[in-house]
Amino acid sequence: MNLFKISWKYLTFRPLSTGLNIFLLALGLAIITVLLLIQDQFEKKMNQDAAGIDLVVGAKGSPLQLILSSVYHIDFPTGNIKIEEAKKLSRNRLVKNIIPLALGDNLEGFRIAGTNQDYLKLYGVEFSQGKTWELPFEVVLGSEVAAKTGLTVGSEFASSHGISVGSHAHDQHNFVVSGILAPRVNVVDRLIMTSIESVWYTHDEEPETVESEGATEGEVADVDGDQLIPDSHEEDHNTKFHQEVSKTGFPASDQDREVTTLLIQYRNPMAAIQLPRMINSGTSMQAASPSFEMSRLFELLGVGISLLQGLAVVLVLVAGLGIFIALYNSLKERKYDLAILRALGASRVQLLVLIFLEGLMLTFLGAVLGIALGHTFLWLLVNQSEQSVVTAIQPWIFLEQELWILVYALCVGVVASLIPAWSAYQTSIAKQLTKA
Amino acid sequence: MLLQTSALHYAHPGQPAIAFPAIKLDAGEALLVLGKSGSGKTTLLNLLAGLLHPQTGEIKLDGVAMSSLSGQALDVFRGKNIGIVFQKPHLIAALNVRKNLELAHFFSKKKGKDIGHLLSELGIGAKAESSVQTLSEGESQRVSIARALATSPKLILADEPTSSLDDENTEKVIRLLTSQASKIGAALLIVTHDQRVKNHISNFIEVKAHESV
Repeated sequence: MNLFKISWKYLTFRPLSTGLNIFLLALGLAIITVLLLIQDQFEKKMNQDAAGIDLVVGAKGSPLQLILSSVYHIDFPTGNIKIEEAKKLSRNRLVKNIIPLALGDNLEGFRIAGTNQDYLKLYGVEFSQGKTWELPFEVVLGSEVAAKTGLTVGSEFASSHGISVGSHAHDQHNFVVSGILAPRVNVVDRLIMTSIESVWYTHDEEPETVESEGATEGEVADVDGDQLIPDSHEEDHNTKFHQEVSKTGFPASDQDREVTTLLIQYRNPMAAIQLPRMINSGTSMQAASPSFEMSRLFELLGVGISLLQGLAVVLVLVAGLGIFIALYNSLKERKYDLAILRALGASRVQLLVLIFLEGLMLTFLGAVLGIALGHTFLWLLVNQSEQSVVTAIQPWIFLEQELWILVYALCVGVVASLIPAWSAYQTSIAKQLTKA
Repeated sequence: MLLQTSALHYAHPGQPAIAFPAIKLDAGEALLVLGKSGSGKTTLLNLLAGLLHPQTGEIKLDGVAMSSLSGQALDVFRGKNIGIVFQKPHLIAALNVRKNLELAHFFSKKKGKDIGHLLSELGIGAKAESSVQTLSEGESQRVSIARALATSPKLILADEPTSSLDDENTEKVIRLLTSQASKIGAALLIVTHDQRVKNHISNFIEVKAHESV
C-alpha cells in the first residue's frame, strides 16, 4: 500500500466520472496534437520542397495556383508558356539556373513531370534501382509511385491525359521505367519524372479528337495536337525516339513548342527585386515567389487553425474544470476518509499529495490518451486520403512539443487539484470525526 | 504507568472550559469513560488521541509527553501507538478489507500484525478480499477494530463502539476489545453511555460538562 495505489483505487472507484474527465481532456489534447503534427510537418515539407527554388515562372493566372501546381504538384497548372520566351529568360544575367517543367499527364493520379536532370539534382535524389532517363519515354519513378503502382525497372505503362485519375489514356506509346528513386520524404516521392521530349512526343501522337475533350476538362497544361506539324512522318518519329534527350537546359526542337513552368534560381539578391517585376510587366508570363505565396497561404489557413486551437483550449479548460469539480465533490464525501487516514497516522502533507496525485494521474492518463488519439486520428486521415498532400504526413513521428502537451496537461491537473488539496490539508480531523 | 493525564482542560470556541478528571492507566488495563451526551467524553478521547490540543494539562503516553510532539511527528506517534475505534466503522469504501488494514501499516510506518491472522481471530478471515461495502454493520465494526489493532498499539481508544449494535454484537465487540487489548498488552479506554458495556468493565471515570475551572 502506498499513496500512489490509494489514489489509483479512488480513481477506479468512480470509473464513469474518471473516464469522462480523461476522455474530455484527451479530446482537447488530441486536437492540439493533430494541429502540432500537421503544422510542423506541413511547414517543414513545404519549405523542403521549395528549397532552391527562388522564383516560378508560368502562364498568367493565380500566383498561388502557379506555386501549388509547379512546386508542390497539387493544383492545376495555370497554362503553358512559349519555349522561345522561356529561352529568352534563361539568357538573363540575373538567372543562375532555370529548370523547365512540362506537366499535364498522370498515371493513376501520380503526375508525370517532363523536365531535365537539373530537377533531380535540385532535390538531391538517389537511385534505389536503375538509372536516369536517357531516351524519350524513359521515366524515373518516385519511391511512393513505385510502391503504390508496383512498377519496376523495365515495366511499361500508358499515361493518362490530365492530372487526375481516369482521364483519356495516351495509348500510342508506352513509357518505360528506367529507374526508381530512394525515398526522400519530399515531393519527388509522388512524381514520375521524365524528359520534356517524352511529354511532347506523347502529345504529338494524339489524334485530333482528344483536343476538344482536353479543353472541356479545363486542363490547360496540355501540349495538344494543334502544335503538331501535320506532315511529320512515322519514320521521323522513330528516329527522334531513339535520339538521346537533352540532360540540362532546354531541349532542342525544330517546332513551336511549349513548356508549363520554369523554376528559377537567382544569381544574386538583386534578382529578387528586378526579375519578378521584369517578368510580370514585360512578358506575357507571370512570376511568383514560393516563399511569399506560401506565407500568404498559411496566413489564410491561420484563421482556421486559430479557431481549432481555441476549441482545443476550451475543451482542455472544460476538462480541467471537470477534474476540479470531480475532486471537489468526491472530497466532500471523503472528508471522513481523510480524517480516518489522519487518525491512522497520515500527515497533512500526505493527504495533500494524495489529492494532487489523483489530479495528476487523471491528467497524465488524459494526456497520454490524447496524444495517442491525435496520432491515430492523423493516421486515419492519411490512410483515407490517397495521393493528396496529406499522404506525405507521417502520423507516427513524435515531436518534442508533445512533451509540452504532457507538461501542459499536468499543469491543468495541478491547478484543478489546488483547491481540493488545500481543503484536504485544512481538514480538522477531530471536527470531522465527532460530526458523525 | 502507561497513560497518565493531569489537569486537562479544553474549551471549545465560545464555550466554557471542560475540566477532565485525571486518568492513570497501566498496560493491559481497561477503563470506561462515562458521562451524559455533550459532557465532553468525545473531546477527552480526541485529546488523548492527539487530535485536539489541551489548553492546559499534560498527557503522557509511554513516557512521551504528547504536547511536546507536533505536526508529522504527532501523526506518526499516533499511528504507531494509538488505535482508535470510532462510533461508526468508517472504512474506506474504495478499498477492500485487507487494503483497509494495510493503510494502518502504511501510514504508521510500522509493520504490525499479520492481517490474515488478525482477521481470522476476529472471525472475519473469509472477508479479507471482500469490498467493505458488502459487509454487515457488525462485520464492519469488527473490521474497524481490526484496523485499530493492526499496528499493535499501546493504547486503544474506542468511541461509543457499541451504540449502533444489538445486544449480541455489543457483547461480541466488548469481548473482542478486552481480550485483544490484554493479548497485546495494550491499555483500553472506552468512551460510552451504554449500560451494557458497564457489565463487562468495572473500572470507570465520569466526565461532567461545564465544570468551572
